[in-house]
Amino acid sequence: MMYKKVTTPLDEGIVNQLKAGDLILLSGEIYTARDEAHKRMIESLNRGEKLPFEIRNSVIYYVGPCPPKPGQVVGSCGPTTSGRMDKYTPVLIELGLKGMIGKGYRSKEVIEAMKKYKAVYFTAIGGAGALLAQKVKKAEIVAYEDLGTEAIYKFLVEDLPVIVTIDIYGNNLYEIEREKYKTNLKR
Amino acid sequence: MKVIEAKKITEIVKLLCIEANYELPQDIFESLKERIKEETSPLGREILKDIVANAEIAKTQRMPICQDTGIVVVFVEIGQEVHIVNGNLEEAINEGVRLGYEEGYLRKSVVKSPILRINTGDNTPAIIHYHICEGNRFSITVMPKGAGSENMSALKMLKPSDGVEGIKNFVIETVEKAGPNACPPSIVGIGIGGDFELAPYLAKKALLRKVGERNTDEVIAQLEEELLQEINTLGVGPQGLGGSTTALDVHIETYPTHIASLPVAVNLGCHVTRHATFVL
Repeated sequence: MMYKKVTTPLDEGIVNQLKAGDLILLSGEIYTARDEAHKRMIESLNRGEKLPFEIRNSVIYYVGPCPPKPGQVVGSCGPTTSGRMDKYTPVLIELGLKGMIGKGYRSKEVIEAMKKYKAVYFTAIGGAGALLAQKVKKAEIVAYEDLGTEAIYKFLVEDLPVIVTIDIYGNNLYEIEREKYKTNLKR
Repeated sequence: MKVIEAKKITEIVKLLCIEANYELPQDIFESLKERIKEETSPLGREILKDIVANAEIAKTQRMPICQDTGIVVVFVEIGQEVHIVNGNLEEAINEGVRLGYEEGYLRKSVVKSPILRINTGDNTPAIIHYHICEGNRFSITVMPKGAGSENMSALKMLKPSDGVEGIKNFVIETVEKAGPNACPPSIVGIGIGGDFELAPYLAKKALLRKVGERNTDEVIAQLEEELLQEINTLGVGPQGLGGSTTALDVHIETYPTHIASLPVAVNLGCHVTRHATFVL
């Protein structure tokens, strides 16, 4: 199958071109954040403070990596379930977040924000943490170090394999592909 | 009588935690490889190939298959004639988890309070199930359970009149609703009967059975086959991105139940349904 190469930061010109079903090799800097980091980011915004990294045109990877062994950049680092971040996501998209990498369904509110402010949802293979770790060339903690695995890291990735799963037009690969392969006539 | 040193148990649990997280059980690995040939979706085949490649990388580089190295579920079978000395069994198990997660560079994914949510920092405590059996047997199974699939699991108290159709509907609804979140292809563990608390325990134990093995009861074995076939017509596919491989297998365990009850629990296992056993 054919892969397209994409480099971060993402801008509107790039995300306009990405369609649900595109296989992407993503390179450049991305930020990790999951449950607790999202909660803290939203709390900072509510207090009128700045976010710990430039959110405009950025990509967030929903992941809590394993600790690296000596000599490793990072331990296994596959995506976590994105839906848990849905509550916090629309405001980040409004502030300029352009891409998210995770796995699983998104809420209606997130998809509406993606369409309105032009952001794209990629999925990586859940459970493929060892394979995905090979694509991370640098990792440094940016914020919330006390959260351990839930801290915000800046990853430099090279050819991270992801799939455009929901695009800025609202096309949803989960729905499109399931319909194609559903052979169950009873349900 | 058999005497076992508590520190021996700690050592075993430590090794089992590391082994389970680095190496996928052979039956699951083989089943995933088989499914590449049978999968009808080209994207599904691509995903299955990556899943197999990932398991190979983890094994050769001695690193976790999945970053969610789970909360540790431990099944202990302990004979009536076994005597544990020089330590407390529960503490010995938790110490094994602590050492395994530290020395194996595994992620610490347990919070002390479900409300305050502060990480315990060492992946303890484990969730331990004891089963007392006859004689000198001592067997310990470690199952690191990730949250992706666990969070999509479900329990329902059906009415006896709902029957087999009701059971099937509930299982299929649960798998369909879980979709990509449970990291399919799944192993579907089902517990039927007992009561409100026993059914989910049976469902979890069902995940330990080898892929391809059937329940010894013919009626239940038939139900497993039918459910597997039907689940794989849902179209969910590898990672929920479409295809004919939604589940690798369906395992059912049963127990007698009350005349008025029909509890059914579905515990989903992801494609990294890890477990390792040691018998002393």
